Amino acid sequence: MPVLETHHLTHHFGGLAAVSDFNLAIEPHELVGVIGPNGAGKTTVFNLITGVYRATDGSISFADTEIVGKTPSEITSLGIARTFQNIRLFRELTVLDNVRVAHYAQVRYNAIEALLHLGRFQTEEKSILEHSLDLLASLKLESYTDELSKNLPYGLQRRLEIARALATRPQLLLLDEPAAGMNPQEVGQLMEFIQWIRQEFKLTILLIEHQMHLVMGICERLLVLDFGETIAEGKPREIQNNPRVLEVYLGETQ
Amino acid sequence: MTYVFQQLLNALQVGSIYALIALGYTMVYGILTMINFAHGDLFMVGAFFCFFAAIFLNLPFVPVLVISMVGVALLGVVIERCAYKPLRQAPRVSAIITALGVGLFLENFTLALNPYPKQVPQLLANTTWIFHGVSISSIALFIVILSLLLMLMLDLIVRRTMVGMAMRAISWDKAVVPLLGVPVDLIISLTFAIGTSLGGAAGVMYGLAYPVIDPYMGIMVGWKAFISAVVGGIGNIRGAMIGGYILGALEILVVAVMPSTYRDFVAFVLLLILLIFRPYGILGKPHPQKV
Repeated sequence: MPVLETHHLTHHFGGLAAVSDFNLAIEPHELVGVIGPNGAGKTTVFNLITGVYRATDGSISFADTEIVGKTPSEITSLGIARTFQNIRLFRELTVLDNVRVAHYAQVRYNAIEALLHLGRFQTEEKSILEHSLDLLASLKLESYTDELSKNLPYGLQRRLEIARALATRPQLLLLDEPAAGMNPQEVGQLMEFIQWIRQEFKLTILLIEHQMHLVMGICERLLVLDFGETIAEGKPREIQNNPRVLEVYLGETQ
Repeated sequence: MTYVFQQLLNALQVGSIYALIALGYTMVYGILTMINFAHGDLFMVGAFFCFFAAIFLNLPFVPVLVISMVGVALLGVVIERCAYKPLRQAPRVSAIITALGVGLFLENFTLALNPYPKQVPQLLANTTWIFHGVSISSIALFIVILSLLLMLMLDLIVRRTMVGMAMRAISWDKAVVPLLGVPVDLIISLTFAIGTSLGGAAGVMYGLAYPVIDPYMGIMVGWKAFISAVVGGIGNIRGAMIGGYILGALEILVVAVMPSTYRDFVAFVLLLILLIFRPYGILGKPHPQKV
């Protein structure tokens, strides 16, 4: 049974249908890609799933729970995490603190325990710190632990953003153009990296990407959006030969 | 020399109160980028809570302090929820005008209840020690120490706890934080609660040091604390603490060398100069606007 399922998901900005009738079912551990030209509504789909926008119509269920109408922080606590097209780290916080803050939903101690450094405060803060350090180590960021995140090279900032998303302990990870701004060699490494985190953290992954090489190389299934409509769905090979997709991407009709 | 030390002690006492109030301005600015112009009046309400708890409930100092801090914190949270939250997406100037309105409301509501200035009873015994010619009042010493303790506690919360980290994260990127599982509205409420409770504590201390209180006392003190926050760099917590003491020292210095009526005037001149030449204050950093 699917991890994430959307039915007739629709979103209007004023009179403009940014997403219309979007249907998707992702099985556990699947790696699905969403592609389409700029302005096709891909990021809007992510914003709908994560609760940043409230869908005009349709439903989204995650692990059997209806999530339309829940707040972004509730949805994150249920197990959906995401990264952003343009990297949005907390630039003035250290690498470690960027990851630590994403543990917020797991905190159970109250203000008084925190003030007096008593009870659950000590044990929870310790386990959050340990989990953060483990995460940084497994993503090979441990040598930058106390560096301000703005000082990291671009590729590592991308990786830190994924680490921060993983810190919320998600089941479903949404990656918004993870390869943006990378050269072909870096894209190759990123492909291996995405495959690896999927295994290591037992993730289901939905990603948006423009780099066809990456999408065709690692996604098991693709959806193609254009002007908010799903114009094709299928295995990468099928999509590559789909005449409507070629039309959208190459702007030609034969 | 004794004169200098004497004045230094006075500066520390005034500066502590300014610093505590300045923290409320700066914390709210940090998280919402708005100036809560009602904050000075919340300080005044703190002094009145102190008066009521001491007179009508006949309580000793510690419970009075707790009641004032908790009472003002609750009031701060209610104000945020009712008056500011609906305007969060509105232009900043709307929220600022609302804050001025809330301030006027608090002043006039208090005035309606207490048409005359009130005298806060002496909650703590005041002894004065003479140390090498410098007279040290136990109340002044107490105010400075208690303020420093409260500020230390705040610093620990902001730097060490998850709540503090969430506050700092929100001040950097409000849109991303909820997507990391942080309940933003709750953190904003907590920020208001903590910031205004410090204002409440300052109200109690003010009542200890200068026992006559009235509904308009928060205006000028509030402005001074606001200037302190700007001096330190608005949005910067340690900056607000330092700014409070700088302003306290400046005032005492002005009174020492100029007619005392120049005191407030010089404070506002400082504000204007800062806003022109260094609007990000001592510890703040300029944020170049990307075009």
